[in-house]
Amino acid sequence: MAETIDLSTFVERTPDGDSHITLAVEGVGCAACIRKIESGLAKLPGVIDARLNFTQKRLTVDWRADAIDPARIVKAIQDLGYGAYPFAPARSEAAEDRRAKQLLRCLAVAGFAAMNVMLLSISVWSGNGTDMTQETRDLFHWLSALIALPAAAYAGQPFFQSAWLALRSRQLNMDVPITIGVSLALCLSVYETASHAAHAYFDSAIMLLFFLLCGRYLDQMVRRRTKIFAANLASLKAEFAHRFDADGELVRVPADALRPGDRVLVRPGERVCADGTIIAGSSAVDESLVTGETAPRSVGAGATVYAGSINFSGALTLRVDAAGSGTLVDEVERLLDKATQAKSRTVRLADRAGRLYAPVVHATAALTAVGWLLAGASLHDAIVTAIAVLIITCPCALALAIPAVQVVATGQLFRAGVILNAGDAIERIAEADTVVFDKTGTLTLPEPRADTAGIDPDLLERAARLALSSRHPLAAAVARHARERIPYPGAVEEPGAGVRALIDGAEARLGSANFCGVGELTPPGDADTDASYIVFCHAGRIAQIPIRQVLRPDAVAVTQALTARGLDLVVLSGDRPAAVRPVASQLHTEKWRAGLTPAAKIAAVERLKAEGRRPLMVGDGLNDAPALAAADVSISPITAAHLTQAHADALFLGERLAPVLRAVVVARQARRLMKQNLALAVIYNALAVPIAILGFVTPLIAAVAMSASSILVTLNALRARLTTPGDSGAGTVAVQIPATLRDQAGTPSKAAAKSVGLECVS
Amino acid sequence: MRVVNVLIYLVPVALALGLMGLVAFLWSLKSGQYDDLDGDAVRILPDDDIS
Repeated sequence: MAETIDLSTFVERTPDGDSHITLAVEGVGCAACIRKIESGLAKLPGVIDARLNFTQKRLTVDWRADAIDPARIVKAIQDLGYGAYPFAPARSEAAEDRRAKQLLRCLAVAGFAAMNVMLLSISVWSGNGTDMTQETRDLFHWLSALIALPAAAYAGQPFFQSAWLALRSRQLNMDVPITIGVSLALCLSVYETASHAAHAYFDSAIMLLFFLLCGRYLDQMVRRRTKIFAANLASLKAEFAHRFDADGELVRVPADALRPGDRVLVRPGERVCADGTIIAGSSAVDESLVTGETAPRSVGAGATVYAGSINFSGALTLRVDAAGSGTLVDEVERLLDKATQAKSRTVRLADRAGRLYAPVVHATAALTAVGWLLAGASLHDAIVTAIAVLIITCPCALALAIPAVQVVATGQLFRAGVILNAGDAIERIAEADTVVFDKTGTLTLPEPRADTAGIDPDLLERAARLALSSRHPLAAAVARHARERIPYPGAVEEPGAGVRALIDGAEARLGSANFCGVGELTPPGDADTDASYIVFCHAGRIAQIPIRQVLRPDAVAVTQALTARGLDLVVLSGDRPAAVRPVASQLHTEKWRAGLTPAAKIAAVERLKAEGRRPLMVGDGLNDAPALAAADVSISPITAAHLTQAHADALFLGERLAPVLRAVVVARQARRLMKQNLALAVIYNALAVPIAILGFVTPLIAAVAMSASSILVTLNALRARLTTPGDSGAGTVAVQIPATLRDQAGTPSKAAAKSVGLECVS
Repeated sequence: MRVVNVLIYLVPVALALGLMGLVAFLWSLKSGQYDDLDGDAVRILPDDDIS
């Protein structure tokens, strides 16, 4: 398309006057891709620097201001065979970035201090048994204080701040006992050193901080990684619209830049980019992504169309309506608000453990002090013992127990093609006991497929190659079958009718029955109301190709495997009962409902929750969004509507349903490991606390106990890597994202664009 | 007493070495060497820029 693209909203100015843009790139899978893109862009005039971040799949390009249009950069990347989408970094992401770096700096400082203090402490411990003089011991203790005090003041900040915030809002969190324990241990150590005592606890305090920071950093890493990929996906899905300028010229603009009152053109085969009223043209629109209804609806001037529907036949000119003024979208938004508010915030396992833990720790320490005083010990001894209890119970292993498992499980899921939107989704997926499927686009493939049974392969190949020249969704289904992916030269598309070309000297036509001049054909055999038909004629031969929604290739196997794992299967669809019944019977489920409005879907999910079940909702349509938000946890395919994706806890890639099953398997295993780790931490405390209460804990015992328990839970977490994908029972998808997006058909960028529902761009 | 004299320079040396490591790490963090770990892993593979 030759019209101009306006990307100016994404371009930033650097301080030295150059321009800078960040693009989310897809299809990058290896080192060669990096070189190809970077050197390809460096050749463009005016480009100063192009750098691809392979971890985040993002490309930053700097160029001399106004030397080149950013649209040309995007075009150059697309010509190289990759998809590139402008990307506006969210402010929250920059904050996460800073926090991750701060944690890493704290970790480094704590690590340095722990190593050096330990060096001194081990000398003291071994010296205590031999002939170390008191002066040497005091020197070593003062040196430890010199290292530990500033290091703790710096590296402890994340905990001190969080504890202060919690106390100010009159709450207790894990950080409160940590802060109290660390500061008391340091103060006591300074006092003991000043009074020439044999034991100081600098090493325990600083090592405690080090282990806790490890856990904090892992936790932060998971959250940051999920955020980055969610943001990339959002920009991959960001749509473009053809807007009429004041002088009637067409300009391609990001759909987000549309304002109410703008006039936009929607061509056949394109996705409608904003809610609007039709001012010119008539067509049929496929609203399956909006309502779940698979039969196209015919619309004309004055009718309202919704963002996300696909324009089937004629070009439409729309006037953009104010966001959310459409009745359906309005209702969905309203329901969404309610569902998100009403959603009882499931308390994360770690927080639950933390809430239980803090009061117990404080009470135990206080009771210890009181107990020793009553037993006649001196105030000094009682306080020393109480602090030893605080130190030994500080949740080192507890802080690592869950983040370590999460990191490993997130990586496992990512390799299986599941991307998490929410950090705690793993726990909630593991707890689900009912799985609720939407039909259209979730159980079935997002695009309809041609049924080629009984069609002459030779004729089909010609029809498919001709279909390559059409943008119509039905033609796209036929085009998938082309073995030779070269369009016929001189093919002409007549909007709303079909496409024709000269093949071997005879005219070939693909399109409606009328277009092919055969009049209304009667569908062969039993009347199949679910299918649409496209007709191909060439040199007197006619083929009628039925096109219908088909189940994902592994839908039956996956649903059976889910049932075998004790999950109840429910199908809730917005489509007609006649279309849902065959699907339900194929999946062997009695529990299906059809023709549901978004409100009815929520009601159905709420009823399941009222029965005490924990529903896992899998859906893609705009009409599913409120139900997704209402369910305990939700998963969407990558092809889902914008709003829907934003409310799903996880997304899965590819044509297969297997990632849903894999998500359940991995999540359940992760939860098992988390619980095991918590149990290990509890056992450790059960063993260590009595020793501490009795006053036998020397700094040496504290150090050994803390490190041993931390290493134990980390090793246990790594066991999550040991499950092989074969465990999931059904077909597996051990593919990387780029492979999924690229392998579908044709050139990578085009196929990728199609697979993420980017019909507006090309 | 001889043992303690040794400490007067050994302890500062140990601390200085540790501090150097810490400073080096903070510098590498600041200069963005941990921003793209996966990328760095694959970037060393192609060797066509040797010729």
